[in-house]
Amino acid sequence: MGPQHPSTHGVLRVKLKLDGERVIGSECIIGYLHRGVEKIAENRTYQQFAPYVDRMDYVAAVSSGLGYCEAVEKLLLAEAPPRARVIRTILTELQRIASHLLWLGTHALDIGALTPLFYCFREREEILKIFEKYCGARLTTHAFRIGGLQYEAYDTFEKDVERFCKDFESRIAEYETLLTNNRIWIGRTKGVGILTAADAIAFGVTGPVLRASGVKWDIRKAAPYAAYDQYKFEIPVGTTGDTYDRYLVRMEEMRQSRLICLQAIENIPSGPILGKVGKVLKPPPGEVYHAIEAPKGEIGYYIVSDGTVMPYRVHIRPPSFINLQAFDRMVRGHLVADVVAIIGTIDIVLGEVDR
Amino acid sequence: MMEALLHGTIDFLKLYWAPLLCGVAVVAVLPLIVGYIVLVERKLMADMQARLGPMRVGPHGLLQPIADAVKLLIKEDIIPDNADKLVFWLAPVLSVGAALLSLAGLAIGPAFQIAQDINIGILFVVGISALGIFGIVLGGWASNSHYSLMGALRSSAQLVSYETAAGMALVSALLFTGTLNIKSIVEAQSKEGIWFVMLAPVAFFTYLVASIAETNRAPFDLPEAESELVAGYMTEFSGFRWSLYFLAEYANMIVVASVATTLFLGGWLRPFASVPWLNVLDFLPALLMVAVAAYCVVRVPKQPTRVQQSFMMAVAGLCFVVGLALVAPVVLPVAKPFYAGIHGGFWFISKVSLYIYFFMWLRFTIPRYRFDQLMRLGWHFLIPLSIINVLLVGVALIAGSYFHLQGWGLLLVTTPAAVITLVAALLILAVDKERDARHDPNAASDFYAG
Repeated sequence: MGPQHPSTHGVLRVKLKLDGERVIGSECIIGYLHRGVEKIAENRTYQQFAPYVDRMDYVAAVSSGLGYCEAVEKLLLAEAPPRARVIRTILTELQRIASHLLWLGTHALDIGALTPLFYCFREREEILKIFEKYCGARLTTHAFRIGGLQYEAYDTFEKDVERFCKDFESRIAEYETLLTNNRIWIGRTKGVGILTAADAIAFGVTGPVLRASGVKWDIRKAAPYAAYDQYKFEIPVGTTGDTYDRYLVRMEEMRQSRLICLQAIENIPSGPILGKVGKVLKPPPGEVYHAIEAPKGEIGYYIVSDGTVMPYRVHIRPPSFINLQAFDRMVRGHLVADVVAIIGTIDIVLGEVDR
Repeated sequence: MMEALLHGTIDFLKLYWAPLLCGVAVVAVLPLIVGYIVLVERKLMADMQARLGPMRVGPHGLLQPIADAVKLLIKEDIIPDNADKLVFWLAPVLSVGAALLSLAGLAIGPAFQIAQDINIGILFVVGISALGIFGIVLGGWASNSHYSLMGALRSSAQLVSYETAAGMALVSALLFTGTLNIKSIVEAQSKEGIWFVMLAPVAFFTYLVASIAETNRAPFDLPEAESELVAGYMTEFSGFRWSLYFLAEYANMIVVASVATTLFLGGWLRPFASVPWLNVLDFLPALLMVAVAAYCVVRVPKQPTRVQQSFMMAVAGLCFVVGLALVAPVVLPVAKPFYAGIHGGFWFISKVSLYIYFFMWLRFTIPRYRFDQLMRLGWHFLIPLSIINVLLVGVALIAGSYFHLQGWGLLLVTTPAAVITLVAALLILAVDKERDARHDPNAASDFYAG
């Protein structure tokens, strides 16, 4: 199956060993999108490398950017000012909603429901419009800057976000009426691709996939970054770790993200948006690992500095790549039709898997 | 002598040439009709999905089907290297041939039927349309590709399973008439003054589900499930061959919709045809047409270009003329003989359209079944249900004749039968659920064995 197949979400190639239509073994073949991002980092200054991380998980560029900026800030022993942190939080949560919307639309399409895709894209469009107004780009935003923000929020930023959040509540209900209690949807997702909590931890799976298996682990709570410590939100967890649970967890996460956005726009502190980091970044020699909760899971940056303007080594821990490890465990014993459901439910982006 | 010869010639023409001409007309016009059904489907889908759909070719995309057809015809015709060339060539032709041939048996109005008065009418239509599966299986096999073969296998297993349920559903309706002749079936509904959908609702429901599965439409479109099998049995077909399969699929939709209309929805009969005070309903078709015409006229100023404006006016004019044609048999004594033909055609086409609309609506709304779920639904639920229904309808009919019930009175016996069938359906579901609980759902099962 693949690399050119309508439901492998890019260029994933999956070798399947079949007995009739039942899968008895699988092997993911990746690397079709490999660009050597980590090697590129060694030949770029810290600022120059920032746009590259947007091109890994290109449907959640803001989150990747936040992780990188914060990692470098940690290395510099600098901190972004409060205003920048709140705006970062808002944009990242919007990005989480956008990423989950894209996942929901394509996942439903894989299972045969045509319509949710267009509803999801309608709302995603609103978010992308906010991004466009904020920084001029829709997808690979490069919205943040090491030490704070590149741009000041535009005039109607808060109003736009608020309007989106207000509308979004009824929109989620709309998706739920199409899917949540649909007999066919339940039949296609319940009991499919079960990942036990022990397995999930053993594979190093993170994000909604881990939480759906019943492990309450969210870096936003466990090691708060940006401005997450100021806001109240719940971490949804599943019980059985099947595809239906992962669906419910992501739906609830969108609701929680919406609540975070609403809390955040209520009180955006005034002040500078860029901390004092200087024009030329020369972090002291040392190393740092910083991880944040991206829509797909833990995205971590391990950066080694040798005191020059360019990093000595950058290693990226991409959630899609690690989560894909669990694919074989989830897919065994299921049918070909379930394979596409399981690829969809892991929510991978091949740009991030291959880097 | 001369007169006899003349009569003989007329009879000969009537007997052989008229059906031939009609046949040619069907073959020539059907692709266009199918094209427009596709356009309507795309427009409907767009409407339900908060977007516009085709808008570029012609006003509101009205010429899109023609553009599509031209595109398909001039496309490169690719035959895979390892394909079985003869079978690859034959398969789509077989598929579309069966679909078109089965149209011959259908009666659009009391006067419009190509194969006039075949006494096994329904059997002919169902049998021939089932032959279309050979096109799919052979096509999938001949293309020598995994996806195609899997699609073809799924398709055949699915058709065999659901044909049974559909057949049983048809039998329940046929019990009321005792004839397979299509005209007689409709006339029976006219005589009873009630459509069979009221008398055998469960059978109608069963047929509805089975017919969706038979035509490979969502949520049972597994043979061509694009997210799993790329395009199923059609994967290796391109250009004109592909469009033949497409044509066959939509022609099959028309066929199953027509069979359902004939058997359950009163064929070409107007709703409440036997209630005299509802004769005002005869004006409905004309009013509808005039309303569409008026809407077109109102929308003319909104069209951006002169060409599109005149196109809209032309559509309005056409609708108006059709409206006049529809109202004429009602008000003009001269045109009275054409009433059955014109209005019959209108109601028949309306009912078929509604049925197809329901197919489309389902497609946009719900996800796709998985193959084992589909098979289970067919064998564990629909087939037992339809067999029980046949039995109970039979019992109800015997009871009806014992009490000398007719028409609406039959409801007294058929409604309890339907209720009992529904209770049985719930029981089947409960038993199935219990069996599920006992069995490991992941245990291997050979569902192609069905």
